[in-house]
Amino acid sequence: MPELRYIDAIRRALQEEMENDESIVILGEDVTLGGPFGATTGLADKFGVTRVRNTPISEGAVMGMAVGASLVGLRPIVEIMFVDFITLAMDQLVNHAAKLHYMSGGQLRVPLTVRVQGGISGGYGAHHSQSLEAWFLHVPGLKVVAPATASDAAGLLKSAIRDDNPVLFLEHRALYWTGGEVGEVIEPIIFGRAAIRRAGTDATVVAVSRMVPAALEAAERLEESGTSIEVIDPRTLAPLDLDTILESVRRTGRLVVAHEAVTVGGIGGEIAAQVQEVAFADLTGPVLRVGAPFAPVASSPVLEKLFAPGVDAIVDAVQRSLAFSRDGAPA
Amino acid sequence: MTSIGAAEDRALLDLLERMWLIRAFEEKVSDLYARGHISGLLHLGIGQEGSAVGACSILRDDDYVLGSHRAHAHALAKGADPERLMAELAGRSTGYCAGKGGSMHLVALECGFVTATGVVAGSIPLGLGTALAGQQAGMGQVTVVFFGDGAGQAGPFHESLNLASLWKLPLVFLCENNGYAEFTPLSAHTNIERLTHYADTYQIPSTTVEGNDVLAVQAATEQAVELARSGGGPSFIEALTHRPRGHYEGDQAKYRELSEREEWKEKDPIARFEMYLEQQNVLSEDASEARTIEADVRQRIEAVAEAALDAPWPAPESLTSQVLAS
Repeated sequence: MPELRYIDAIRRALQEEMENDESIVILGEDVTLGGPFGATTGLADKFGVTRVRNTPISEGAVMGMAVGASLVGLRPIVEIMFVDFITLAMDQLVNHAAKLHYMSGGQLRVPLTVRVQGGISGGYGAHHSQSLEAWFLHVPGLKVVAPATASDAAGLLKSAIRDDNPVLFLEHRALYWTGGEVGEVIEPIIFGRAAIRRAGTDATVVAVSRMVPAALEAAERLEESGTSIEVIDPRTLAPLDLDTILESVRRTGRLVVAHEAVTVGGIGGEIAAQVQEVAFADLTGPVLRVGAPFAPVASSPVLEKLFAPGVDAIVDAVQRSLAFSRDGAPA
Repeated sequence: MTSIGAAEDRALLDLLERMWLIRAFEEKVSDLYARGHISGLLHLGIGQEGSAVGACSILRDDDYVLGSHRAHAHALAKGADPERLMAELAGRSTGYCAGKGGSMHLVALECGFVTATGVVAGSIPLGLGTALAGQQAGMGQVTVVFFGDGAGQAGPFHESLNLASLWKLPLVFLCENNGYAEFTPLSAHTNIERLTHYADTYQIPSTTVEGNDVLAVQAATEQAVELARSGGGPSFIEALTHRPRGHYEGDQAKYRELSEREEWKEKDPIARFEMYLEQQNVLSEDASEARTIEADVRQRIEAVAEAALDAPWPAPESLTSQVLAS
C-alpha cells in the first residue's frame, strides 16, 4: 500500500468527496491558499472559489453560516484554524448545530463537518495547543472524531462529510507530517468502531489521537520487561465503542486511558465511569488516567515538554495499574 | 366604492386578516398561559404584527425566513399552520417540532420558516447560510432574517453584516426596533441611535420605516427583495415599532412609562391599517368587514386552541429520539 502523510490523506479525502458531491463547500480562513498546514492546497483551483471560500476571521458567523447552509441543501465543511478558536463559535455549534435536529422534531438536518486541528507541538502556547474534545462529548447532538493515523484521517473524514449530523473532526497537528499506509481506494470508516492497534494480555490502554503512537511505543518498552498491553484507539469519541473496550478490560482486568487533554474533566474520567458501571467485577484495580496537568499550556519548550503526557507517563501508569491487586496484596 | 381595484382590495384585506390572525393567536396564547395550559418562556409580539406581515407578504413560498426569540408572528406570516404552531406551544406531539422546540425554537420548514432561536442574534448567522445556499442554487431565493434592536450590539450581528455585504448575499436584515432590549431602553445599550448606521458602515443599503405601517414595511421589503433576487446583495430595514407587553409573559414592564404606552396605542398596526382602509374606502365607514374578519379569525383560533389542547402529549420514548439524524 502507498504511504501518505496524515495531512495529505485529509486533502485526498476532501478532494474525492468534493468530486462526488457538488453540495460540498469548504469555508474557512485562508483555505484557498491551503491554510497554514496545506490541508486544502489546490482545492480552490480544482473546484473554484464558490466551493472553496475564504472567510474573514469571524468564526461565530462563519460557523452559523455553515449551519444555516446545511439546513437547506449544502453540505459544508468548516475549517477552524485552531481548535482554541472554536470558543468563538460555540453558540452556533452547541446551541444551534447540535440541537436543531432535535428541537425541530426532526424537520431539520445538519450535515456539517467542522475540521479543526489542535494539540501540543512547537511551543505555540496556551491559545494554539489545547485539546478540548471533552467539552463536546457533553453536548447531545454532536459527533466527535479523533483520527490517529493517516488511513483513519481519510476514511473517517469521508464518513464525517457524508454524515447528516454535525461532526467535529479533531486533527492533531503533531500527526500532520507522520506517514501511514493508505489504500488506493479510501473507504469511509464507520463511526463507533474502535481499532485494536496492538493485542495484549496484562492491561488495556485506551489511547486517543496522538496518544496512540505514544501507547504503541510504551507497549514496546513494557514488552522488554515482560508486560503485554493491549492498545485500543477509539477513533470516534462520540459515538464511543464501549463494547470493544469492555471486551478487552474483561480479559486484562486493568485499564489505563491516555489523552493529551488536561486530566481533570477529560474523557478519561468518562470512559473510567462507563467501564466501572458495567464491569466493576472484572477490574483488578482502579482505572488510571494519563493526561496533562491542570494548567494552561506553557510556551517555553521546557515547560511544554513537561506538560505533554507521553510514553513515560503511559509506562508509569501501566506499572502502577499492575501493582494493584483485589486482595490488597502486591500483584 | 372601492379604492383601486378588486384584486388590490383583496390583497389589502389579506394583510389585515393575517395581522388579525396573529393578534388573535397571540392573545389566545397569553390567555392559555395565564390559565396554566401553556408553559414556557413566551415572548409575544402583540403590537408588532406590521413588520412580520408586511415583509412576508411579498415573499415566495421557497424564500426563507428566520425569526428571533419573538417569532410567532414571523412563522405565521410566512404561512405556518396555526394549529400545529399552537400544539407546539402547548407541548403536544402534533406540534411542528413534536413538543421538542416550543415557543423559542419554532421550525416550520414546509413553508420556509427555517427556525427561530432562543439566543439573541443567534439566527442572524444562520440566515447567512440559507442565503448562501440560495445564492449557490441560483434560483433567486431570498432570505429574510428578523431580529430585535437588542441584537445590534452582539458580535454575530456585526460579523454577519460584514459577510453578507462582502459576498453580496441575497439577504434582508429586518430589525424590529421596539426600543427595548429585554428590560432596558436601547439608549442605555448604545450611543448609536439608528441601527441603519451599522448597515451604512458595512455598505449595505438601508432604510428606517414606520414598522407599524404594514404597507411601509411591505414597500421597503419589496425593494430589498428585488435587489437581492437580481444579485444586488443584502439590504437592511429598520422597522420602528413598540412592544406594548413585557419582554415575556409575566414581565410587568414596570420599567416603562405609562405615557409611552398611551402614545403607542394610537400607533397600533391593526387599528392604524383599518383606519387607512376606511380612508381608502376599502372598508366601509363602520368597518364591518374588518369586524367580520376579526370575528372569523378569533373563532378559528378558538378551534385551533381546542384542537391543540386535545392533542396527545409526546410519548415518553420520544425524549431521547431525534438527538441524532439517522
